[in-house]
Amino acid sequence: MTALMDQDQPLLRVSSVTKYYDLMIGCRNVSFDLWPGEVLGIVGESGSGKSTLLNCLSTRLEPNSGAIEYNTRASGLVDLFTMSEAERRMLMRTDWGFVHQNPRDGLRMGVSAGANIGERMMAVGARVYGDIRESAAHWLGRVEFDIDRMDHLPSTFSGGMQQRVQIARNLAVNPRLIFMDEPTGGLDVSVQARLLDLLRELVGDLGLSAIVVTHDLAVARLLSHRLMVMRNGEVVESGLTDQVLDDPQHPYTQLLVSSILQV
Amino acid sequence: MPQPSSLKAGYNFAYLDEQTKRMIRRAILKAVAIPGYQVPFGSREMPLPYGWGTGGIQVTAGIIGPDDTLKVIDQGADDTTNAVSIRRFFANTAGVATTEQTEDATIIQTRHRIPETPLQAGQILVYQVPIPEPLRWLEPRETETRKMHALQEYGIMYVRLYEDISRYGHISTAYDYPVMVNGRYLMRPSPIPKFDNPKMDRNPALQLFGAGREKRIYAVPPYTSVKSLDFKDYPFQVQKWDDCCTLCGADDSFLDEIITDDAGGRMFVCSDSDYCAKRRDAGHSGPNPGEAATKKIGEAGDAA
Amino acid sequence: MYVAVKGGEKAIENSLDLVAEERRGDRDVPELTIEQIKSQMALAVDRVMTEGSIYDRDLAALAIKQAQGDIIEAVFLLRAYRTTLPRFGYSAPIDTAQMGIQRRISATYKDLPGGQILGPTYDYTHRLLDFDLTEENRNGPAAARTAPEAVNDGEIPHVTDLLNHEGLIQQEPETDEDAPIADLTRQPLAFPAGRDLRLQNLARGDEGFLLALGYSTQRGYGNNHPFVGEIRMGEVSVEIEPEELGFPIEIGEITVTECELVNQFAGTADSPPQFTRGYGLSFGKAERKAIAMGLVDRALRCRELGEEPTAPAQDEEFVLYHTDNVEASGFLQHLKLPHYVDFQSELELIRKLRAEYMARRQAAAE
Repeated sequence: MTALMDQDQPLLRVSSVTKYYDLMIGCRNVSFDLWPGEVLGIVGESGSGKSTLLNCLSTRLEPNSGAIEYNTRASGLVDLFTMSEAERRMLMRTDWGFVHQNPRDGLRMGVSAGANIGERMMAVGARVYGDIRESAAHWLGRVEFDIDRMDHLPSTFSGGMQQRVQIARNLAVNPRLIFMDEPTGGLDVSVQARLLDLLRELVGDLGLSAIVVTHDLAVARLLSHRLMVMRNGEVVESGLTDQVLDDPQHPYTQLLVSSILQV
Repeated sequence: MPQPSSLKAGYNFAYLDEQTKRMIRRAILKAVAIPGYQVPFGSREMPLPYGWGTGGIQVTAGIIGPDDTLKVIDQGADDTTNAVSIRRFFANTAGVATTEQTEDATIIQTRHRIPETPLQAGQILVYQVPIPEPLRWLEPRETETRKMHALQEYGIMYVRLYEDISRYGHISTAYDYPVMVNGRYLMRPSPIPKFDNPKMDRNPALQLFGAGREKRIYAVPPYTSVKSLDFKDYPFQVQKWDDCCTLCGADDSFLDEIITDDAGGRMFVCSDSDYCAKRRDAGHSGPNPGEAATKKIGEAGDAA
Repeated sequence: MYVAVKGGEKAIENSLDLVAEERRGDRDVPELTIEQIKSQMALAVDRVMTEGSIYDRDLAALAIKQAQGDIIEAVFLLRAYRTTLPRFGYSAPIDTAQMGIQRRISATYKDLPGGQILGPTYDYTHRLLDFDLTEENRNGPAAARTAPEAVNDGEIPHVTDLLNHEGLIQQEPETDEDAPIADLTRQPLAFPAGRDLRLQNLARGDEGFLLALGYSTQRGYGNNHPFVGEIRMGEVSVEIEPEELGFPIEIGEITVTECELVNQFAGTADSPPQFTRGYGLSFGKAERKAIAMGLVDRALRCRELGEEPTAPAQDEEFVLYHTDNVEASGFLQHLKLPHYVDFQSELELIRKLRAEYMARRQAAAE
């Protein structure tokens, strides 16, 4: 399956991506490579451009300039915005996941937890009910969700449980790359901690690549191997997570690090 | 076109002007070329209300000629008021021959049923369609559903079937049951009972669908594959009755339930009135052809 | 012996006879004439012409009579007739600046070139039932104090043109005069809809629906701070330019009501703050309809103005798919048609589901 994918190339190659709204800058001149199995954290305060960048990377927004190439299973590195919409949507269904801060944005609230996970499989052709159900149960188990409640609607779950269902929905098609936007943002601190452990475990076990946007340095430290610090639409510092957080070089990073409780 | 003297003065043959008919035929040709695809067309205001068969009437008006023989059914029967009304409309405006015999008709316009008598090559079945979009209850936006068809993103349709099974143990859609046409387009068969779905598959007749209010025409050409959606381990099944037709004894037709008194008495008769009459003419008879059945709902073995 | 319900034909004929009889009503009362409806129920005629999309007072009056005063039914009759009419040509755009003005008011300027003309309006009537009207009065009320003579001193500028001189109002985008104009009586709606298509849809749309939608924008569901820049009502001439002639000829006059709304707009990074426009037009005297249309038109322009669509009135598909009362009324009323077969299918299903449910309960109890 991965025969044509070039193992010597990064999974995602981002070159000079710039996106502006009217005259306001969203993000400017961002470049980086993401390698298979790597987790990249993007931190910054609100308005720093991290969400704009995430939306560009996940093709929800088209950048004004620059290129975003993805290492497709079929033909290696391809610029996402030269693909047809059909190809892009296929990629989103089969190769990618997106975990939203608000589970409402990533779940169908009107159908059961099981169907939420099954949908991804049915969208790529699964047609045996028993298999779909078994697989849904498996993934719900992996996110430590109570299987007895798999036929219940997400609206009857707590925020933490909804988030687990959303994560399971994303994992069900064995994606290679997951985008996460403040994945634990709306949750209580105790729930957050457990969910973060789980995420770290899953990403490691499944060998996923991930891009995690967060304003929370503690989340970034726990999940990401590498870190990019953004301010006013630009990347001001990047490097290995421990290096950036323990020995920040840029004054803004120093300010960020010193302004939070030590973890 | 010469008009029989019985025609309504001041109106063209079959009501619509010839340009409009050409426009409709172009839409039909496109629909036949892309089985199951909904072709937008410039639906006209008809002298019957939207929702009462204006799509079917326009399709019929577009294809009918003076030599055609028309049959119109509603709920399978030729004598329901709406069927009578549409038949009168064409008798008045086109002066064509009409029939109640399925095999004698060249065009059959229908609402909610497919005749029990198998259709032949050369016949055209015209369905009246209220809502043509199979994805409409799942996604209200036309711009989005057109994209979903273009990209064949039909996963969400299966979500509905999945939910039925997890809740009830089987798929609980009883009519307007979605089908895949020619392995490509998801299509609504109009509100026929799922009992009729298998008849659509590889049918020798041309099947045309007209939705007047929604302004769409679609088609299933003769001998085209029409598959009802299902799961491999929960295959599509049609309704079955414990009873047979009280009048003709048929046990292979769709049965209407008739309430015979206010104490739960009921009987079942063929919904296809032509089929039932033919069987009786041929000497078949049901359990109680001479009187209403006296079976009570409470005795029917239902847990209700 | 059970016999399937027959005689649909006879039932329909009887029903038609009953309708005819009810329509005529008490035969001791003189029958309504088309002339009476045209002259004394003129506002009903205007509404039927507007939503029926055909300017013909006689046909509209006939439709109202035939429909026993049911306005939506009358619109339907007119539309069904309209379908059968051939098209001889297309008129040139009407020029409302050249209108023979009967009424012209502005809520934005106290005085303006051309002046304010109150004209006939219910605005300042006290809504007291006038029992004098119960008696027929052959002579009618005293003649109007000033003869309602149309004012037309040549061109009367639009308020929006005055604002435009200062660049205070959004410029309408230049349109190619030869570009085809959308016509939803010939092509089905397609999205995204151009403004030509939207305006045509709204002009034909149900007054009640547009009124409610327009009202909703005033209550915060897509607020756009409207001012009535101007309402003008009066006669305009309709011209066509036959190809073989090469110059336009006037084929008649129609009465129209035009409403131009001026709406607040904060501007974007690319454009300075300025006013924006909403436009409404109806046949005859149909001011409420024209204002409602203007509000909804403005609401639907949210995308071109970079506003986030959040309210029902800003939702193009929602609005344009549901304005047409002939479509809506037909589909709603089709619920009266037999649904035996669908219902039978549901009946079977419900019985099956209930049987399974009872069996499960029984099994659980044992």
